[in-house]
Amino acid sequence: MMRKFLYILVFALFAQAGVLNAGTTGSEELTGSGKSETTKECFEGVSRAMFKLNHGLDKAIFKPVSKGYRALPVPIRNGTGNVVNNLRSLLTLSNNVLQGEFGRAGNNAARFAINTTAGILGIFDPATKFGFEDQGKEDFGQTLGRWGTDSGCYFVLPILGPTTTRDAIGLVGNVFLDPVYQITHNTEISNGVVGNGSYSEHNYYYYRGIGAVDFRAKNIESFDSLEENSIDLYASLKSLYLQNREQKIANSTSAVETQDDSDWEEIDAN
Amino acid sequence: MKKNFFIIIFLICAFTQKSFGYSSDPKQFITEIVNEVKKILVDANTKEFKSIKLSEIALKTVDIKGVAYYSLGNYKKLLKDGQLEEYLTLFEKYFLKSFTSRLTDYSDPKINVLSTEVVNEKYTIVKSVLLATDKRPEVKIEWRVYTKNPDKPLIRDLIIEGLSLARTQKEEFASVIETNNGDINKLFITLKEFTAK
Repeated sequence: MMRKFLYILVFALFAQAGVLNAGTTGSEELTGSGKSETTKECFEGVSRAMFKLNHGLDKAIFKPVSKGYRALPVPIRNGTGNVVNNLRSLLTLSNNVLQGEFGRAGNNAARFAINTTAGILGIFDPATKFGFEDQGKEDFGQTLGRWGTDSGCYFVLPILGPTTTRDAIGLVGNVFLDPVYQITHNTEISNGVVGNGSYSEHNYYYYRGIGAVDFRAKNIESFDSLEENSIDLYASLKSLYLQNREQKIANSTSAVETQDDSDWEEIDAN
Repeated sequence: MKKNFFIIIFLICAFTQKSFGYSSDPKQFITEIVNEVKKILVDANTKEFKSIKLSEIALKTVDIKGVAYYSLGNYKKLLKDGQLEEYLTLFEKYFLKSFTSRLTDYSDPKINVLSTEVVNEKYTIVKSVLLATDKRPEVKIEWRVYTKNPDKPLIRDLIIEGLSLARTQKEEFASVIETNNGDINKLFITLKEFTAK
């Protein structure tokens, strides 16, 4: 475990130093929140091709599956979403600690304990009624952002979708930091039989897959609307992804904190 | 008789003024728009009629020209004589189509206007929530209201769950221009194609 933690720290230091930004072509610059942050493209042509692939897969597989999922009764969908969120809160908890957000970590620990017991393995969410409200998800990419790591360049991964250099490193870090993965992975190794038992690693992928379907099902209309009204869907999703990450890293709930007014002021001056 | 005539004219003017006017208080302004939009979405029978009525509201309450300039950003400097007028005309058509298309899919949206946050003398953020349904969770919507003229506030941006629609649009426009080697005419063509769809 100690060795894994060291790997993460080494990754973080490399990212901090900007070593992993090497190879950035910077075909396009996007002004971020206006706070002197820019996010360049790593290799836009490849990313656009990956985006087309993902879009095709979404149409052929993910969207129909999400529509099927949404045909399930509301209590079943809510329960499923709650179970997934409850398991996901363990990764958030690890990152709360790494970010030094001990208040949030305590809140998440209490939520997990209450929802796993009184909430029957997370199917229900009594913790919110007890005053422990959901304060949002955290991942290792956000932790790196909180530590001051630059986002690096933007690109699109097959199936996993939009990311940046920092967030791609975060994806690797998540595997080490997620207790659900650690328990399922280590149990499988101990058993010596792949795919055997309730705690085997494939259950981790089921849980992540169900989480993705639940998210997609909640956003069917939003994505359809975006698709219908975009003149460049790739650019729209890129913008939304980067704005969302900025906001999550800032732990912001208000547009005033993350949106920049200088561009608006510029048009007033004209 | 002449006195009665003036009273009637006055009453007509007062009614007309009221039916086209909105509150100067940003929170009340947004509440009035939300109620008006909701009424159209519930009452109107056809999508075309909804689009016409929603466009009328947008023309009165959104600073379309301001959003057009913002969306173009620094590329505005590349425009030649006459192109700015062409862009503004194209943008208005594009904006109204995009705006009404996003809204007409909602049949009975329930939006609660909650509070306001004054950013500075020119901007106030009005906070609201679109209540959850069986299909989707609750959505936070913030309205960037331009208050430079305090008597006539105008909407400049919608920020949905922290994501700015205006900024997304600006980055989309920049992408269209950049991927066509800085050719701004390609943006004009794309906007024309979108509105002709």
